[in-house]
Amino acid sequence: MSRADGTAVLVGFARAARAAGVPAEAQRTQAMLAAVDALGPTDPAALYWAGRLTLCAEPDDLPRYDAAFATYFGGTPRPRPARTRTGPPRRPSVGFGGDDAGTGAEPTATLTVRASASATETLRHRDVSTLTDTERAEVRRLIALLAPATAPRPSRRYRPASRGELDPAGTVREMLRTGGEPLRLARRARRVRSRRLVLLIDVSGSMAPYADALLRFAHAAVRRRPTRTEVFTLGTRLTRVTTALRARDPDVALTHAGRAIPDWRGGTRLGETLRAFLDRWGQRGTARQAVVVLASDGWERGDPALLGEQLARLSRLAYRVVWVNPHAGRVGYQPLTGGMVAALPHLDAFVAGHSLAALTELVGVIGNG
Amino acid sequence: MGSAFPVPQSPAALAAALARTGYLADDGLATAGYLAIRLGRPVFLEGDAGVGKTSFATALAEATGATPIRLQCYEGLSAAQALYDWDFPRQLLHLQAVRAAGLDADPATLEAELYDRRFLLARPLLAALTTSPCVLLVDEIDRADDEFEAYLLEVLADAAVTVPELGRIVAEYPPVTVLTSNRTREVHDALKRRCLYHWLDHPGLDREIAIVRSRLPGISARLAEQVAAATARMRALELLKPPGVAEAIDWAAALDTLGATELTAELAAATLGAVLKYREDTERVRAAAILDPGAEP
Repeated sequence: MSRADGTAVLVGFARAARAAGVPAEAQRTQAMLAAVDALGPTDPAALYWAGRLTLCAEPDDLPRYDAAFATYFGGTPRPRPARTRTGPPRRPSVGFGGDDAGTGAEPTATLTVRASASATETLRHRDVSTLTDTERAEVRRLIALLAPATAPRPSRRYRPASRGELDPAGTVREMLRTGGEPLRLARRARRVRSRRLVLLIDVSGSMAPYADALLRFAHAAVRRRPTRTEVFTLGTRLTRVTTALRARDPDVALTHAGRAIPDWRGGTRLGETLRAFLDRWGQRGTARQAVVVLASDGWERGDPALLGEQLARLSRLAYRVVWVNPHAGRVGYQPLTGGMVAALPHLDAFVAGHSLAALTELVGVIGNG
Repeated sequence: MGSAFPVPQSPAALAAALARTGYLADDGLATAGYLAIRLGRPVFLEGDAGVGKTSFATALAEATGATPIRLQCYEGLSAAQALYDWDFPRQLLHLQAVRAAGLDADPATLEAELYDRRFLLARPLLAALTTSPCVLLVDEIDRADDEFEAYLLEVLADAAVTVPELGRIVAEYPPVTVLTSNRTREVHDALKRRCLYHWLDHPGLDREIAIVRSRLPGISARLAEQVAAATARMRALELLKPPGVAEAIDWAAALDTLGATELTAELAAATLGAVLKYREDTERVRAAAILDPGAEP
């Protein structure tokens, strides 16, 4: 096989890997060619590692890569140790939202209704599951204007300030200018930073009427602070949708997120997915000292005791845990479902999230201390 | 690419050199290390806590005879802490000394003297660029802010930094760089794209026994086997913090210190704190009774 042929085969493999969902774009492909070159006459194992080290970017890519490698080069896939947490490549084409935002049947973009103040006011308190298409479009527009963000906290870093404690390094720097005379004392104060905001949104069947509004709320939060916000969806499994939600346009972002969520409108195993979140992300630092918002109706199909246990863990890690339950907005609602009863002792706040007004209230709760 | 770095013959040769320092790397990791040296690309290591990400960098430095330089990342890490800073107190002292000596120095010369390399405090990144050969460990990059990540990208891409008062400092030989992450947040793709990505798994039973024995040469073979087997069984339980290789080594070392040659239920109970770091985990392991002498591998 000539060198040019070899390159063509490798580039073909990179394309196959990309089709399987591995982020093998041009730069990574080039890196693979360089790696294969560096490893010299290749045996399959060296080829496998050269590709894996250069084409993959996260643990979820590894099984996809293995499958692509096996299909392209034939033979049996290399055995993966048992700790792989994800299944085969997933390319679901799940529709999204209560009314199939993907069909484009809706006049979202062209809507120029200037609702009167009183109409908006009524709309603000309407349950989002009971809206007409026009009303829903208006509510979506208003949700996009919400900018949930956490309150600032003092950080470890300092900034120069006109008052505050003495800054020894700054003062010495000033003294350099005056030949050693401390003419001006430099002072410093702590910088402020916002806490991380973590949104965990239940996308199971029972939450379907509200998931669209809640994900749009999450989108607004991600847009406000892209690097200090994390969004996950819960259902039968845990999915990180932060990156998908970074798209500027809410509809595009939600379509991306919808494609990423494999268990849309499935069942609920809150306790288990919450444990997956805590094991993979929370305990390692994502939930530490963060404001964690969990949006769910608490219809737990699994063991409520497990949910209680995991929430206790979460409440020890997080700065505040806020539970959003859309049903809490109904008149006469009592938190009696097994999941809710187990969760209540570990919450810092319990709010409704069923209407625009309730979501605005949630912005206040998130921003409070 | 020219390099002051001793380039190993092959991944296998590197693995052998690493093994001599007591670090047993599998094929993937050895290939990653080899390619990092050959291609001058940083290695990006991810994996659970305690699987040996940080110690890989140390072992790589030891095996190749390079200087290890470590940058521990944390939230709020700034360029002054990672790259360089001027030693202001010493500059001031110099100024006072010149004055005290009564030398009528030319102000321009004096100023130039103040911004001399000897008043430049090299922090890890600058030190890595000016030391050769060296292995630069950027530990827990996921803890730093993403602004810092972007900044690091620039330094690693050019292997150069610009100090305004001095000009551009270019590394003669770029350092071999190892970045580690615990995945507390997703590291930006732009950084990952320039790196070799490797996910480090917990080792298999045989490898783990070999690692424990290689790290603790004096330990009894039976104890090493029992510790590795018990650790592997603990990982199968759903623990909050499954023990890593580091914990297995700590545990074996603790037992060895107590003079044990064999793992008994009493000894295990007394030293469980070396492996398990949560009360819930300790209870779960006790309940599962995997430390009973009956539960042999």
